[in-house]
Amino acid sequence: MRVTRRYRFAASHRLHSSAFTELQNRELYGKCNNPYGHGHDYVLDVTATGPVDPSSGLVVHVPTLDRLVSERVLRDFDHRYINADLAEFKALVPTSENIMRVIEDRLMTHWSEVFPGQWPRLEGIRLRETKRNFFELTP
Amino acid sequence: MLITRRAEFSASHVCAQPALTPEQNRELYGAAANPSGHGHNYVLEVTLEGDPDPVTGMVFDLKRLKELIQQTVIDPMDHRFLNYEVPPFDRIVPTTENVAAEIWSRLSPHFGDGNPRLNNVRLYETDDLFVDYPGGRP
Repeated sequence: MRVTRRYRFAASHRLHSSAFTELQNRELYGKCNNPYGHGHDYVLDVTATGPVDPSSGLVVHVPTLDRLVSERVLRDFDHRYINADLAEFKALVPTSENIMRVIEDRLMTHWSEVFPGQWPRLEGIRLRETKRNFFELTP
Repeated sequence: MLITRRAEFSASHVCAQPALTPEQNRELYGAAANPSGHGHNYVLEVTLEGDPDPVTGMVFDLKRLKELIQQTVIDPMDHRFLNYEVPPFDRIVPTTENVAAEIWSRLSPHFGDGNPRLNNVRLYETDDLFVDYPGGRP
């Protein structure tokens, strides 16, 4: 069974790659290349999977998942300028695709510290940048 | 092709195991262990999988699916205290996981393995927490 928990964070970013000229960046990323950046209310869905424990009736202890996501993701991403405030993005364009990879990496790195057993496993994450686009990643 | 019907019901529950102390239940279930109970507006999404009938153009009659959900889930569970009024939750903890599995077991006898088959039960306890149960081992 899969359990999905939804989180939110507000952050700003600018899409700009040093591999391209100013003009190329403007053409590729459009408004997202605005030099001063812009922001979104991101919605992050984290899905855990595993068998239902017959005693507790639970797949995942949600407060533990909340603590993991809060400490490893929300604390660093919420109300930040991703390009400037997060080390991973010094040389990485903060597209939603790359933000997903960084979040997944952070969760996978610390998953077994808080969930040391075989279950639950991280099934996947989904990031909604606006109401009109979202991205999904399965480890 | 997948088709999904959504329904809602409001119910109260307590998440606690009789074998545990109040402190242990509080540790495991948090505020949901409050002995007097609390409630949610549950949102249920039932997904069927199949090929559209060549004559009707439908995978399944959504009116019929609505009636099935109403009779097997909404009528027995809506505006009820699950632990006291809806078996098997007098014996097992009505976590979202267990309620979703119970809903699957109530709906699945109405569908075979063929066309259509029951594909998934998604149950939202809140906007920010939901479970997906596609059958098999819960």
